Amino acid sequence: MSIRLSVNKTYKQFIGGAFERSESGRSYPVVGVGDQLLAHAVQGSRKDVRDAVAAARSAQEGWAGRTAYNRGQILYRVAEVMESRKDEFCAEVLRAGDGQTEAAAAEETAAAIDRWVWYTGWADKFATVLGGVNPVAGPYFNLSVPEPTGVVGIVAPDEPPLIPLVSRLAPVIVSGNTAVVLASERCPLVAITLAETLALSDVPSGVVSILTGHRGELVPPLAGHGAVDALDLTGCDADLDADAARQAAATITRVVSASAAERQWAHEAAQSPYLIDAFCETKTVWHPKGR
Amino acid sequence: MSDLLAVETPPGSADAVGGVRITPVDAVGLEQRAASLCTRSIKTSSKAAALELAIQVMDLTTLEGADTPERVQALCARAGRPDATDWTVPPVAAVCVYPELVPVAAEALAESPVAVASVAGGFPAGLAPLEVRLAEIAWAVAAGADEVDIVLNRSAFLSGRYQKAYDEIAAAKQACGPAHLKVILETGELGSYDQIRRASMLAMVAGADFIKTSTGKIGTSATPPTALCMAEAIRDMSEQTGRAVGLKLAGGIRTAKQAWHYLVIVGETLGLGWLTPERFRLGASSLLNDVLMQRSKLRDGRYQRREDFSFD
Repeated sequence: MSIRLSVNKTYKQFIGGAFERSESGRSYPVVGVGDQLLAHAVQGSRKDVRDAVAAARSAQEGWAGRTAYNRGQILYRVAEVMESRKDEFCAEVLRAGDGQTEAAAAEETAAAIDRWVWYTGWADKFATVLGGVNPVAGPYFNLSVPEPTGVVGIVAPDEPPLIPLVSRLAPVIVSGNTAVVLASERCPLVAITLAETLALSDVPSGVVSILTGHRGELVPPLAGHGAVDALDLTGCDADLDADAARQAAATITRVVSASAAERQWAHEAAQSPYLIDAFCETKTVWHPKGR
Repeated sequence: MSDLLAVETPPGSADAVGGVRITPVDAVGLEQRAASLCTRSIKTSSKAAALELAIQVMDLTTLEGADTPERVQALCARAGRPDATDWTVPPVAAVCVYPELVPVAAEALAESPVAVASVAGGFPAGLAPLEVRLAEIAWAVAAGADEVDIVLNRSAFLSGRYQKAYDEIAAAKQACGPAHLKVILETGELGSYDQIRRASMLAMVAGADFIKTSTGKIGTSATPPTALCMAEAIRDMSEQTGRAVGLKLAGGIRTAKQAWHYLVIVGETLGLGWLTPERFRLGASSLLNDVLMQRSKLRDGRYQRREDFSFD
C-alpha cells in the first residue's frame, strides 16, 4: 500500500468574504508546541489593511440595517458551525497553545462557543437595556438608543488563541458594527479557522475580515485609517499601544482596551453588555409630547 | 463582411476608410499587451505626477435624469477647485453635462479655464431623426458648449451602412462649427476589436477631433484593451495622415489606479505628446474623489474615508 501524503491547509487571510493571500505575496512561519513548524501564515501588508477596511465600510450599512433579530439568527448560526467543528478548533488550540492539556483545550473551545452564543442572545436585547426613556423637564419624549459606531479595528490578544478573539469580536459585531481583526501574531491559525466558520454561516461579506501578519506593520495603518471609527487595542504591547492611540487620535477614533477583569478570559467577568456599549454611539431623540 | 462593405462603403475599400488603411487587430496580442501595461508600478513622485495629470485631463461628468441646475453649479465649482482645502490641486479639463444644462455650466465657468462639454445628437442611442440631432448640437454650441460629445449611429454601423454613419458624423462636425467634436463609439456594443478599430477610423476620417469609448449608460465601458485598440487606431491615423486625433476614455473609471493604467497605455502607444488635455481625456463622475483620496494619502501617509469627500 502506498504512503499517503498529507494534504496541508493553506491558511489564507479572510478579506471581504474571500480567502486571499497577501497583496504583498509574503508569508511567515508559525510554530507551535516545542517550536515545531505548524504552517506558513500570510504576512499581510498595509494594503491588505486598506482593502479590509474598504470591505468593512461598504458592508457596515447593510449589516446595521438588518433587524436585530436577524443579526442574532446569523450569529447563532456561527455558533452552530463552531460546535460542529469543535474537534478541529480543539486540535488547533492544542497545537498552538503553551503546553495546554487536551482537557484544557476542550474547555477553552467550549467556553468560546458558549461566549459566542451569550453575545448572540444580546442582539435584540442590548438596546432595551442600554437605551431607554430619559425623564426631562419639559413636554418631550426623550429617548436614548445605542447605535453601532461603524468600522472597528480589533487587535486580538496573543494567547490563549481562541477565547480572547471570540470575546473581543462578538460584542463588536452583534450591534451592527463591522470588524477588521488583526489575528494574534504568534497563533494566527485558529483565527483563520474561525474565519472559515464565519464564511460558512450567513455572515455577509466584509462584516468580519481577519488579517494575519506582524503587528508592528499592520497596527499603524489600521489605527491611522480615516474610515476606522473605533479600535480595540487589547492585543497591543505598551509601545505599540501608545503609538496606535496617537494615530487614532489624529482621526478621532475611539480607543478601547480590555480591563484586567476582562482579561480573565474564561471567567464570566470577561463578558458584559457594557462591552457592546463600548462600540456604540448613543443617539438621543427629543419628540414633542401632546397634551 | 467584405460583401457588405462593397454594397455600401465609405470612400475606400474593405480595409480602408477614405484612403486610410484599417489595420486588423490581433485580439490575443492586444489583450496581453494591455494587461502587461497595467502591471506598471507607479510610486511616490511618479504617482503624484500621475494623479495631477489625471485631474488635468478629467472631464467631470454628470449625466443623470435627476441633474438640477444647482447640482451642475456645484459640479462646476468643484471643477475649478477640486479640493476645497488645497489650492495646489489643478482644475479639471471640462465639465460634461446634458445640453439643457449647458447655459448653467457656461455661466458658472465663464471666468474659469474649465471648458464646457455637452453630450448631444440624441445621446445615448443616437437614434433621433438626423435633423433633430444636428439641431441639438447647434443648440448646445450656441448655448456655450466648447466641446460636443455625440454618439456613433451604431444602428447604421452594425448593419453595414457605413456611409450613413460616416455622413452623419461629417454633418455633426459641420453643425459643431468652432466647438470640438468627440464621437462616442460605445465600444461595448460593437462586438469585436476589429469593429472598434473600424469605427475609430470611420469617426476620425469623418472629422472627429476626439474618439471616445463609451456613454457610460451600458454595462461594458472603457477597458484597457479597448483603450489600447483605439490608441493604436489614432497612431495609425497620425502616421498615415499627420492628423492628431484625441482619445477620451469614459465609463467605469472609478479608481486612481485605473486612471494611471490608462495614462501608461496612452503614453506608451501614442507618446507623451498625447498626455495633455488637448489630446487625452478621462470622462468620469466618481474618479475625482478617489484621486483626491490618493493624493491626500500621499501627502499625509494616512488612508482617508470616503465620507470626507463630496458625494457628487
